[in-house]
Amino acid sequence: MSAIIGVVTFPGSLDDRDAARAAARGGATPVRLWHADSDLHRVDAVILPGGFSYGDYLRCGAIARFAPVMETIADAARGGLPVLGICNGFQILCEAHLLPGALTRNQHLHFRNRDQRLRIGTAASAWTNQFLPGQEILIPVKNGEGRFVADSRTLDELEAEDRVVARYIGGNPNGSLLDIAAIRNEAGNVVGIMPHPEHAIDELTGPSLDGLGFFASVLKHLAGSSVRMAANQGVAA
Amino acid sequence: MARVVVDVMLKPEILDPQGQAVANALPRVGVTGVASVRIGKRIEIEFSGEPDLEQARLVADKLLANPVIEDFTIRVEETAKAAAP
Amino acid sequence: MTTTPETIVDGSDSGPAGEPPETPEAKATDAQAPEAQAPEAQAPEAQAPEATDTTAEDVEEAEAAEPAETESTGEPAPAPAPAPTWKEVGFDTVARATGTPFEHQPFLELGLQDDEHAKIEQILGRRPTESELAMYSIMWSEHCSYKSSKLHLRQFGEKAPRSERLLAGIGENAGVVRVSDRLAVTFKVESHNHPSFVEPYQGAATGVGGIVRDILAMGARPIAVMDPLRFGAADHEDTRRVLPGVIAGVGGYGNCLGLPNIGGEVVFDECYRGNPLVNALCVGVLPVGRLQSKAATGPGNLVVLIGAKTGRDGIGGVSVLASATFDAESEQRRPSVQVGDPFMEKLLIEACLEIYDAGLVVGIQDLGGAGLTCALAETAAAGGTGMSVNLDLVPLREASMDPPEVLASESQERMLLIVTPDNLPVVLSICSRWGVLATAIGEVVAPEVGGGRLRIWWRNELIVDVPPGSLADDGPVYARPMREPADRILLLADRAETLPQPSAADELRATVLRMAASPNLCDKTWVTEQYDRYVLGNTVLAQPEDAGVLRIDERSGLGVALSVDGNGRFARLDPYTGAKLALAEAYRNVAVTGAIPVAVTNCLNFGSPEDPGVMWQFAEAVRGLADGCQELGIPVTGGNVSFYNQTGTMAIHPTPVVGVLGLLANVAARVPMGFANAGDPIFILGETRDELSGSEWAHVTHGHLGGTPPTVDLAAEQRLAGVLAEAARVGHLAAAHDLSDGGLAQALVEACLRRGFGAQITLPDGLPPFVQLFSESAARVLVSVSRGQEAAFAALAAERGVPCAALGAVRAPSSVLAVEGLFDIPLDELREAHTGTLPALFGELASRTGEQSGELASRTGEQSGELASRTGEQSGELASRTGELSGELATEPGS
Repeated sequence: MSAIIGVVTFPGSLDDRDAARAAARGGATPVRLWHADSDLHRVDAVILPGGFSYGDYLRCGAIARFAPVMETIADAARGGLPVLGICNGFQILCEAHLLPGALTRNQHLHFRNRDQRLRIGTAASAWTNQFLPGQEILIPVKNGEGRFVADSRTLDELEAEDRVVARYIGGNPNGSLLDIAAIRNEAGNVVGIMPHPEHAIDELTGPSLDGLGFFASVLKHLAGSSVRMAANQGVAA
Repeated sequence: MARVVVDVMLKPEILDPQGQAVANALPRVGVTGVASVRIGKRIEIEFSGEPDLEQARLVADKLLANPVIEDFTIRVEETAKAAAP
Repeated sequence: MTTTPETIVDGSDSGPAGEPPETPEAKATDAQAPEAQAPEAQAPEAQAPEATDTTAEDVEEAEAAEPAETESTGEPAPAPAPAPTWKEVGFDTVARATGTPFEHQPFLELGLQDDEHAKIEQILGRRPTESELAMYSIMWSEHCSYKSSKLHLRQFGEKAPRSERLLAGIGENAGVVRVSDRLAVTFKVESHNHPSFVEPYQGAATGVGGIVRDILAMGARPIAVMDPLRFGAADHEDTRRVLPGVIAGVGGYGNCLGLPNIGGEVVFDECYRGNPLVNALCVGVLPVGRLQSKAATGPGNLVVLIGAKTGRDGIGGVSVLASATFDAESEQRRPSVQVGDPFMEKLLIEACLEIYDAGLVVGIQDLGGAGLTCALAETAAAGGTGMSVNLDLVPLREASMDPPEVLASESQERMLLIVTPDNLPVVLSICSRWGVLATAIGEVVAPEVGGGRLRIWWRNELIVDVPPGSLADDGPVYARPMREPADRILLLADRAETLPQPSAADELRATVLRMAASPNLCDKTWVTEQYDRYVLGNTVLAQPEDAGVLRIDERSGLGVALSVDGNGRFARLDPYTGAKLALAEAYRNVAVTGAIPVAVTNCLNFGSPEDPGVMWQFAEAVRGLADGCQELGIPVTGGNVSFYNQTGTMAIHPTPVVGVLGLLANVAARVPMGFANAGDPIFILGETRDELSGSEWAHVTHGHLGGTPPTVDLAAEQRLAGVLAEAARVGHLAAAHDLSDGGLAQALVEACLRRGFGAQITLPDGLPPFVQLFSESAARVLVSVSRGQEAAFAALAAERGVPCAALGAVRAPSSVLAVEGLFDIPLDELREAHTGTLPALFGELASRTGEQSGELASRTGEQSGELASRTGEQSGELASRTGELSGELATEPGS
C-alpha cells in the first residue's frame, strides 16, 4: 500500500483538491483531514494547502494555527512527520512557529500569479530529496502576501544551516528577502514553500511537471524511514 | 515635535469581515463574552514643525480614508518622551 | 465620529408602544427604546425548528385577527375613520395602511411613477405599506423588472433554435446546457457597472460574488470567472482611480473564493469615463440530476435563509444606484456600499453543494440586487404558492434596522432555501459544520389558503400582504419610444477607409509597433497577473489566449471553452451589425481552440432607455444578436441588461457583450494561440476586405469613429469554425489565433510573442499591404500548421469553402517578425512595445522583461543563456514603489 498523505481542509482552503490530486499523481494515497478534527488518521505525511484559511482577514494563517488539527500536526512535526505547507500552508507553519520568519504583503502590494523559475537550494529535506541542489524548476506562484521576512540572525542561520529550500530566479515576484521561496526546519521534515508545486503536475494544466518532484521526494523519504514513521504514528495518535 | 494620529474605521453600517473573523476566533484562544470586534487602521503623521490639523484632515479625507465606506478621527498626540534624536 | 452606536431613524412619534412584542426572543429590539438594546442584539444563532413553529402559530393568529376587507375591495375605501381599527406600533402595517389611505408616500423618490403607484394600489386594494412600497419599488425598477427591455428580449426565446442541450434557459438564474450524459454546464454574464464607479474595489468584488451565486443557485459548482471590463481613456485620472480598484476587486474576490479567472477584456474608450463597465461571467458544472429549481413548492415546507447576516448594505442600491445617473448630487445620496466577504461565499458554496448532494432542497434562490424581497417573491411566484415569513427571525447585523431596510438590504453572501421540515435539522447541521448561519424564517403556504399571498410579519404585525406574482412577474412593461439617432447618417458617411494611410515600409513598421503598444491592444499581463488562473487545477487555457479552456471531466478529458467579446465602436456605428460582430468574435474565439460553440449569454450595456436614440440602439442590438444566434443555431441561454450607463446626455457606446460557450471532447486536442515550432507553415483563413471603419487603427491613429463596420457573414463564421474543429481534432494545428482588433498585424504580434517565436511573412497579392495588415474584416483566423500537414489542411479548408492563403512560416525563437519587402522587427523590440504600456500607466509590478522571456523559453524547453543576465534587475525597482500605497482597503486579504 502506498504512503498516505493527509491534506488539511480549513474553511477557506482552496488548493486542497489540487494538492490531493498532485499527491495521487505522485504515487501516494491522499486523504482529507478536517480542521476541526484533531485526529490525523494515521497519515504518513501532511500537506497544508494554499488558500485563504478563515478568510485570512487578520494575518494570513493567524487563525488557522489555532485549529484543533494544528495542535496535533505541530506535535507530530516535532516528532518527524513530514509536513509541506504550500502558500497559505507556509504562512500557517510560520504563524505556528514550526518555521521561522513571516510572510508579509508583497512589496508591490498586488496579488501576483505567474509561472516562476526557482533554484533548489537544498535537497536535504523530506520534500526535495529527489532534486539536485542548484537545479532550476518552473512552477506557478500566486500570492498577495508572500514576501518572506525574518531578522538578520534568522536569515544568517537559514543560510548557514542550508535551510533555504528554494529561491526565486528570473525575477523576485514579491520582494522576499534573499529571494527566499521555500525553507525547511532544522530536521528537514517540515518545508514551507510559497509557489505551488501542486499546479505543476500535468502538461495540460501547468507550466511543467516539476512539481511532481516534491511528492516523489516525500515518498522516497517515507520509504527510507519506516522506523521513524512508526514512532510518529505514536505521537499522532 | 508632535504627531497627529488618524484612526480610520469602517462606517458602522459597513460589513467588517476582518473583525468578524477575529471575533469568531476568540473562543479558540479561550476568550468568550465578546459581542463584536471591528478593525480599523491607525496612521501616525509626524510634522517637522507644529502639527497642522487642517492639513492632516485633508490628508485623511483625500487619501487615508475612503469616504464611501470609512470614517476617520484625528487627534494630536504628544511624543516628547518617544522623540527620536 | 465612528463610535456612536447607530441611532434609530424613525420619524414616527414614540407614543406608548402598546404591549411588548411577543416574538420568540424577548431580546428583539424595540425601536423606541434604544438604550435598552444590546449593541449587537440579534436573532439567535441556532434557529431550531421550534422557532418556525412559533412562526406558524403567529401566522394563524394574525390571520384570524385580520380584518376581512384587506383582501377584497378594489378601491381604497374613503375612511373618515373615527376610531381606527389599528394601533400605532411605530411602523407601518397592513392594518394601518388600510386605515390611512391618503397618507403621503415617497414613491417618486423611490423611483416609482404615478401610474405605477396607482397600479400598486389597484393590486392591493389599498395603499401599500412602507415595506410593500419598498418591495414594489425594487422589483419594478429597471434593474429587476426589465420593464424597458422585456418586449425586445422576447426575441431571444422566439428566435432561439431548438436545442436539446438546453436544460434551463432564459428566466432562470442562469442557462444550463447538457454537455454529456452525466454533466451539464451553466454560465452567465452580469453587470455591476454603477456600484463599481462609486466604490471600484467593492463594486467589482461584489459583482463577482453576485454572478457566482447565480451559478450556485442552479445546482452547479462554480469553476471559473471571466471579466469584461471597460474604462475611460487609459491616461485619464478617473481611469487611474477606477481601474486599479476594479482589478484588485475582481482578483480579491475571485482569488479568495478559489475560482480561476480565465479571460475577459480590458478596453479603454473615452465614452466609458464616467460609466465604466464591470461585467462578470461565471461558469459552473453540475451532474445533470443536480439541477435546482427556484420554485417554492410544497405547502408546509420551510423558508430558510443561509449565509451572512443582513445589514444596511446597499439600501436603496437597486432603486437609486442602478437607475440614477451620476451627477454632482450623487456625492450626497450615496447609499451604503455593499461589502463582499468572499470567505463567507466560499463557505456558502461548500455548504450548498453538500446540501444539494444530499438531496435536501426543494428550491433555492440567491439573494442578489433586490435581496430578500426578490428571493421571497420569485420563489413563491415560481412555485405558484403563498408564503408566510416572520421577519423578526432574519439575523441582523444591526439591530436597529426597520422592515423596509431588512427587505431591501443587499447584503451579500446569502441564499434562500426551501426545505421540508424533515430535512431542516440536516440542513442546519451541514451549515453549522461549514460555519454558515442558517435560519428558518417562514413557510410555504398552499395557494388555496389565503389566495397564495406573500405575507410578512414584523413584531407580530402583518406588514406585507401581496400576491407574489405582482412583484416578480407582473411589473410594468414599457414600449419606449425609439428613434434612430439623427447624427447617424453623418456618422455612416464619415468612412475611415478614406483617412490618410501609411504606405512606406518604415511607416508601416512604426504603425505595427504603435498599435501593439496602444492601450487596447497592448499586453494585459499587468491585469491578469493579479488573478489566480491555476486554482482547481483544470485550467487548460487562460488569458491572453483567445478563449479560456477548462477541463470538466478528468477521466474523459471533456472540457469547455469560453470567450466574451464586445466592440462598442462597431455597435455605435451600427448596433444591429455590432451585436452580430460581437457574437461572431466570441464564436470564433471559441472555435480557434478547436471547440464547438453551443450556447450564448450576453450582457447588454446601454445608456438611458428614456432616450429614444439609446432605445433604438438597444432594440437594434437585441435584434441583431437574436438573428445572429438563429443563424448560427446556438441559443441565448440568459443574460443581463444594464441601462443608464450615461452621464447627462452622454451615453456610452452601445456595448453588447456576448459570451459563447463551446465544447471540447478532449481538452488535450485544444489549440493554443502562439506559434510553437520553427518552420511550421502559417496560413490565413477567410477573406480580407478594405474594412477600416470603426477599427482600432482609426481609433489609435486618427481618433476617428465613422463609416460602416465590417461585413458580418455568419455562414462564413460557421464554415470557418467547422474547419478549425476538424483540423484540431485530427491534429493539423499547432496554433490558431483569431483576427479581430488590430487586424493581421496585431494577430501576428501576439502569436509571435506568446511563446517567443518569430515569423517570416509574405503578404499575398491584391489589397495594399496596409489594408492587409490592419483591416478588421471578420471571419478570419491565423493558423500555424504542423509541418507535413499543410496539404491536408489546405484541402480541408478548400473542401469546406473557406479561403486559405499561405502567409509564410514560423521562425526561430527570439528572432524577428519579418514581413517580406517591408520590415523586420526583432521580437525584443516588439515585446518592449507590447508589454510596456500598462506598467507605465499603472505602476510596475516587477521586472517585466526578465520574467516574460524566462517563462516563455522554459515553457518551450530551451533555456538559453540570455535569461541569466536578467535575473539581477528586479529588486531595486520594487523598493521604490512601496511609497505609493493609497487607502487600500484593510479588508483586502492576501495569501
